[in-house]
Amino acid sequence: MRRDIVTAAIAIIVFTILLGVAYPLAMTGVSQVAFPGNANGQRLYVNGKPVGSKLIGQQFADPVRGANGKPKLDKNGNPVTNPDPRYFQPRPSATTPPDNASATTFSNLGPNSTATRDAIASNIQAYLQLEKPYTPGLTAGRVPVDAANSSASGVDPHISQANASIQAHRIASVRHLPLSTVMALISRYTDGRTLGFFGEPGVNVLELNLALSRQMGTH
Amino acid sequence: MTTQGWLQILLYVAVLVAITPLVGGYLARVYTGQPILLDHFLRGPERWLYRIFRVDPNRGQDWRAYARSLVVFSLAGWLVLYLILRTQDIHPFNPQNFHSATWDVTFNTASSFLTNTNWQYYGGETTLSYFSQMAGLTVQNFLSAGVGIVVAIALIRGITGRSERSLGNFWQDLVRTQLYVLGPLAIIGALVLVSQGAVQSVSHYLTVRGPTGLSQTIAVGPVASQEVIKELGTNGGGFFNTNSAMPFENPGGFSNFFEMLLVLAIPAGLTATYGRMVGSRRQGWAIFSAMAILFVVGVTVAYAAEAHGSPAQHAAGLHTSAFTGSTGGNLEGKEQRFGIPGSALFDTITTVTSAGAVNSAVESYTGLGGAVPFANLSASEVIFGGVGTGLYSMLLFVLLAVFIGGLMVGRTPEYLGKKIEAREIKLVSLGALITPLSALLATGLATSIKTGGRASPPISTPALIGKPQGFSETFYAYLSQANNNGSAFAGYSGYVQPSPGNIGAHGVTVPDLLGGFTMLFARYAPILFVLAIAGTLAGKKVSPAGLGTMRTDNPTFVVLLIGVILLVGALTFFPALLLGPIVQALTNHLY
Repeated sequence: MRRDIVTAAIAIIVFTILLGVAYPLAMTGVSQVAFPGNANGQRLYVNGKPVGSKLIGQQFADPVRGANGKPKLDKNGNPVTNPDPRYFQPRPSATTPPDNASATTFSNLGPNSTATRDAIASNIQAYLQLEKPYTPGLTAGRVPVDAANSSASGVDPHISQANASIQAHRIASVRHLPLSTVMALISRYTDGRTLGFFGEPGVNVLELNLALSRQMGTH
Repeated sequence: MTTQGWLQILLYVAVLVAITPLVGGYLARVYTGQPILLDHFLRGPERWLYRIFRVDPNRGQDWRAYARSLVVFSLAGWLVLYLILRTQDIHPFNPQNFHSATWDVTFNTASSFLTNTNWQYYGGETTLSYFSQMAGLTVQNFLSAGVGIVVAIALIRGITGRSERSLGNFWQDLVRTQLYVLGPLAIIGALVLVSQGAVQSVSHYLTVRGPTGLSQTIAVGPVASQEVIKELGTNGGGFFNTNSAMPFENPGGFSNFFEMLLVLAIPAGLTATYGRMVGSRRQGWAIFSAMAILFVVGVTVAYAAEAHGSPAQHAAGLHTSAFTGSTGGNLEGKEQRFGIPGSALFDTITTVTSAGAVNSAVESYTGLGGAVPFANLSASEVIFGGVGTGLYSMLLFVLLAVFIGGLMVGRTPEYLGKKIEAREIKLVSLGALITPLSALLATGLATSIKTGGRASPPISTPALIGKPQGFSETFYAYLSQANNNGSAFAGYSGYVQPSPGNIGAHGVTVPDLLGGFTMLFARYAPILFVLAIAGTLAGKKVSPAGLGTMRTDNPTFVVLLIGVILLVGALTFFPALLLGPIVQALTNHLY
């Protein structure tokens, strides 16, 4: 018994040093040298300033201003925003505020819950309100599921190609671009299946929006 | 459902079948001391570890000594982990200056990672310092996996043993597991994950300003090094709150596939190890087949159910069939890059094993899709199961099936030449029933007291109280913790975070403690029974197989084994399952 206690104490300390300090720090060192972009989160820059991560979804929205001209805040102290029609919009997010990449969460909405139906219906409503003026005839039944259902991470960087194609009409109209130009950009920033096989294709919203801004020469 | 989806699932199963003998063969060499390539590099460090641990690796331990070393080592691990988690204020590598969580949450977390459960009553990126994640959690990711594996190896030695005096040496098995198996695979795997886009950094969180001027803070951390062992050791505790859904943990289609392979590599491989160590590969394949059949049924049901969509989606007017450019299906709580097949497959894999990692929100699965993880857990984690735990739990069912088969043909049951007698069957029954019993008792207790179930303030969603979803959440919480799985219907919680991004969550004491004790009891009690069985089997004489000996390596036995597993699971859990997932699966009614 005594022997076991001494060995256990030594073993847990040695393993903590080896597996808990040496191993992760060595991996960090190697990764920072071998894959510096990936290891630091694939940051994207505009004019030398980081604007986001390629892998992390973000909001493209404008603060709503109150009567006094100051940005309105919600009860948590986060600014109230409206989607910016000049940009492709990401999937619904369950985090607070949406696309919070430092406190990720699921919606945890169940399959048979009225709360789920209401959340989906309100996402559909918001989508139709934004897109219908540019895509007449768009109905709830034609809204792609990724635009109506919140993502798992809350920071899904992708939208489906169908979703992007619908939004393209709005972008082309608001930005005065030919639809074909916008569609070409969409296919350029579509991350296909890895090795053409694994996973599902998705359009990277941040990369696409940055490319649009470059196209327009504005930031 | 799409052809592409089925192809991805098919390829996964094919690759799994292909790597099983490779992994299994390697493990057999490691635990029987046959020469391997890594000897040249690791023999020195191995000897050095024995010397500073002050152990003689050649000194065999009987089951009591083996169990004593294991329990003492676990106790030491628990204390160190608890201390690390409670001292965040003085940690190095704490760039966000997180304080420690309260004692009750920490009790739950320490018990959770020690027992290979990785149930999480906290959000990683809002609660834990990098030092806690590395020196606390990553370490137990390795060690708890090692403990599971060595118990399985000890049981195999018991079954093949010629003397009850030795099941091997716990310290030697543990050291060899870390040095020759988990360590090297983790190093390679971590780099593969980083190459796919997983982050690995100890810097401060990054704050950026997006194109419309909104600022966003992006959590990073030493993720890949923990992610790889989280999968490989069937641990499952995410670095981030949303686990493998978070792109920094699981950046794309290939990383998803790779992580799924890491999860099943060792649990599947151990069946082949078993076959080799008992001297008949067919015995290993028979066990593998029973596991694989149940697994394939599960993933088929889950994929079909999720591709169909949920009643709530249909009620909201959504069309859920797939069409060009849209995955369709129940995409609530699922990521675009994985789609339905990549989510359903991942979910099935991590609930048949004790991994419990998720890349999609289990709570948002349809009734039938969500019934698959429920069923997997109700089968006591024997469908591949956790590293080591899966094999030893399955062997309990094998012994049970041999016993039942023996009764049917009216002969004294024998397994691999060893007579299975009253003492073994008593231990087997206790070992096999403890986990379901803990799950049901804890669920019953939790639902009957105010703070235990979903109704507990201040995390209540009144809409769910007394509804199937609310019951499912509570039931799943204790089923998952008792099976040391760790996945969750995550609406059920044991901590409160006053505002998002806030530091210093505080716990809800009852679920924290009830869950913590459930995990500890349902982990260590079966381990002790398994080691006791190994001990008694080791001393038994081997009688040669005769004409009347029931074969345990043919399809008939596989069917019998599956039958026993389903029977025990169904008899134990059917009433409880009826109240939750089955109700939801049978109706389109919204609650």
